[in-house]
Amino acid sequence: MKFVDEYRDSALARDLARAILAEARPDRDYRLMEFCGGHTHAIFRYGVQDLMPENLRFVHGPGCPVCVLPMARIDQAIAMASQHGVTLCTYGDLMRVPASERQSLLKAKAAGADIRMVYSTQDALAIARAATQQQPAQQVVFFAIGFETTTPPTAVALKTARAEGLRNFSVFCNHVLTPPALRAILSDSADEVARIDGILGPSHVSTIIGSAAYEFVARDHGLPLVIAGFEPLDVMQSALMLVRQINQGRRDLQNQYSRAVSPEGNTKAQALMRDTLVPRERFEWRGLGWLPESALKIADAYADWDAEQRFPVAVTPGREHEGCECPKVLRGLMEPTDCKLFGRVCSPENPLGACMVSSEGACAAYWLHGRSRIPQRTASASAT
Amino acid sequence: MTNTKESPQTHFRSRLDIPNGQVDLSHGGGGRAMAQLIEDLFRHHLDNPLLRQGNDQALFGPVRGRLVMSTDGHVISPLFFHGGNIGSLAVHGTINDVAMAGARPLYLAAGFILEEGLPLADLERIVIAMAEASRAAGVPIVTGDTKVVERGKADGCFITTTGVGEVPEGIHISGELAAPGDAVLVSGSLGDHGIAILSRRENLGFGTDLQSDSAALHGLVADMIAAVPDIHCLRDPTRGGMAATLNELAAQSGVGMLIREAAIPLKPEVRGACELLGLDPLHIANEGKLIAICPAERAATLLAAMRAHPLGQESAIIGEVTQDPQRLIELETPFGGRRLLDWLSGEQLPRIC
Repeated sequence: MKFVDEYRDSALARDLARAILAEARPDRDYRLMEFCGGHTHAIFRYGVQDLMPENLRFVHGPGCPVCVLPMARIDQAIAMASQHGVTLCTYGDLMRVPASERQSLLKAKAAGADIRMVYSTQDALAIARAATQQQPAQQVVFFAIGFETTTPPTAVALKTARAEGLRNFSVFCNHVLTPPALRAILSDSADEVARIDGILGPSHVSTIIGSAAYEFVARDHGLPLVIAGFEPLDVMQSALMLVRQINQGRRDLQNQYSRAVSPEGNTKAQALMRDTLVPRERFEWRGLGWLPESALKIADAYADWDAEQRFPVAVTPGREHEGCECPKVLRGLMEPTDCKLFGRVCSPENPLGACMVSSEGACAAYWLHGRSRIPQRTASASAT
Repeated sequence: MTNTKESPQTHFRSRLDIPNGQVDLSHGGGGRAMAQLIEDLFRHHLDNPLLRQGNDQALFGPVRGRLVMSTDGHVISPLFFHGGNIGSLAVHGTINDVAMAGARPLYLAAGFILEEGLPLADLERIVIAMAEASRAAGVPIVTGDTKVVERGKADGCFITTTGVGEVPEGIHISGELAAPGDAVLVSGSLGDHGIAILSRRENLGFGTDLQSDSAALHGLVADMIAAVPDIHCLRDPTRGGMAATLNELAAQSGVGMLIREAAIPLKPEVRGACELLGLDPLHIANEGKLIAICPAERAATLLAAMRAHPLGQESAIIGEVTQDPQRLIELETPFGGRRLLDWLSGEQLPRIC
C-alpha cells in the first residue's frame, strides 16, 4: 500500500533496531515519553519495544483526548441529552468512557437518551439538517473532543451552521491543546515528577500547529523533543534521533515527521480555529488537574451555536473510582501494570478508567497487546 | 411463511403489486393479504417439493449419518451491499454454520420479521437472492414463517435461518480438538465482507468496489475432508473476525496459538479502509471464509485441497497451535516483535485521531 508499507518495512525496522542498539550506551538508560496515544498504539501493535535494547523504555504520556477528558464533561453531556432531550452526536471512542454513577454514553443511550455515534462533524450537521425537515423542534448537539487535530473540522461545522442559519445545531466544545499539557507534565510542581530523557512529540497535532510550538521544551525544560510520525518506522527513527541527542548532550527540537509537519503548521486551519474558538481561562484535564489556557471554547460570535450556553446543566465534580491510577499513568509516573485494579477489576470489558477504555490508552494497549509478558496476576485475571 | 397448497390464481383476483407496494400490518395478520404475500412472493421464488407440501412443517425422510442443526439471526444495515444482500447472507451463513461440523447441509428453514413500510420490491430482491443462493448451494428452504411489526420496530427486515445437515461417518470436527503443534489455516483474504458493508453506510464517505465474500462453503469443506478426514477444527470467522474465532477455539481446546501476521491474506482495499477508519482487519467480519486446524503433518495436503477449490484459492497456513494455559493468541508482527490478538471489547469503534 503506497505511503503506508514504506513505513512498515521489516528489513528497515531491523536496520533501525541495530542502529539504536549500536548507539545506546550500556552504562545508562533511556526513558522516552511518547506523548500521543497513536505512538503507544504503534509501539504495541508492531512489537516495537521488543526491538529496543533493554535499557530503552517507552514511557506513555497523556496524548489521548479520550483519556484526559474529565468524567464531569461526560456527565454534562449525558445531562444535556437526558434533561434537555437533545440528540447528542459524538465520535465512537467516547461511547464507553465511564461517567459518574457507573454511567456512560452507551448506557444512557440504552436507557433511552438519543445518542448517536458519528464519524465526522458533517454527519452531525446532516442529522441536524434532516431534523429541520422532520422534527423542527429537535436540537442536535455535537460533542466535540480532541486535540488540535480534530479542532479544524469543528470550526468548519460552526461556520457552516452559521452560514446555513442552522438553528437546531450546536457544539459542546471539549477541544484541548497539547503544549499546555506538555508544559504541565514537565513543570510538575508535585513531589512526583516523571523522569524523562526525551520526548516523541505529537505528529498529527503538529501538522496543524507546527513544530515551532514545541520550542519551549528544549528552551525551558532542557529536554530533546522529536516530532514523530505514527508509523512504526517513524517511532523507531525518532527513538534513534533522541538517543543520539541524549548521547551528545543536545537538547534540540527535531522534526522526524517532515513529510507532513512544517515549523509554522497549517495556517489556514489555525485561522479557522481563531475565527470560531477562543482559549478558556482554565480547563480540567483528567490526571493533570485544572490547567490555564489549555482548552478552547466557542467564540462570542458563535454563541448561538454553543451547547453549553443553550442547554445549561448543573456541573458537579465527576466521581472517579478511588483506586484508579489513570492520573499517574497519564503523567508517566506509573506503568499500567502497577495499578492495583489493572486486570483484576479493570479491563476493556469493564473499564474503570479512561486509559483502559480508549483504544489509544496505555492501559488498553498493555492489556490488549502485551499482557502475555506481564506477571500471572494480571494475565490470569481475564477469567475473573 | 405458512405454506398453502394452491396456486395464487385460485385465491386472488389481482396480483400482488410488487413494484409499487409496501409491507403493511395486514401482511402479517393471518388473512388474505398474508396468504397472497406468501403465494406471490415467497412460494413463487422459493418453490421446491417440500415447501409445496403446504404444511406448517416440512416432512422428510431419514438421513444416513449423524444430524447437525444450527440457527442464526441476520440483522444487517444496509440490507443490500456489494456482493449480496441480507437474503443471500442468511442462506450462506447458516449453510456455513452447518458445514463447519464437516456436515453436508440438507435443508433450511427461514423466519422473516418485516417492518411495516418495507417496499415489496426490496423484499422480492431479498427473496430472489435467497432462492438463487439456496439453489446454487443445493440446499432448499423447506419451511418458514413471516411476521410484520410496526414501523420503527425493526430495521426493514430481519431473517432467521435454521439449517440441518448430516455428518459423514468417521468425521469428527469440533472446536475442542485443537492440539499443540497443529497447523492453523485460513481459506482466503479477511475482512472483505465487513468493509463492503461499512463502505455502503451512508455516513461513511469512502467508496470501494470491494465485494462481500458471502458464499456457501460446504463444497470447499467437502473437498477438504475428502483430502484430510482428520481435520480437528473448522469455523467461519464471522462477527468478531478472525480474532474472535481463534480466541473461541483456543478457549474451547485449552491451547494458545502463534500466528504469523505477514502470512494472513488481506486485500489492499481492506487494509486501506482499515487504515482510514482505525480498525483492525482481524476483527472485521467475514461471510465466506473459514479457519481450519489440522495435524501439522497434514497441513500441506489440506492447503493443496483448499487452493484447488474456487473458494480457497488464496488459502494460507498462518500459524500453529501452542501449549499455553492462558489460552492466548499471539501474533508475530512483520517486525519480529509479538503482540496479543485479543477478543474485541464491545463494538469496534473508530479512533478519534
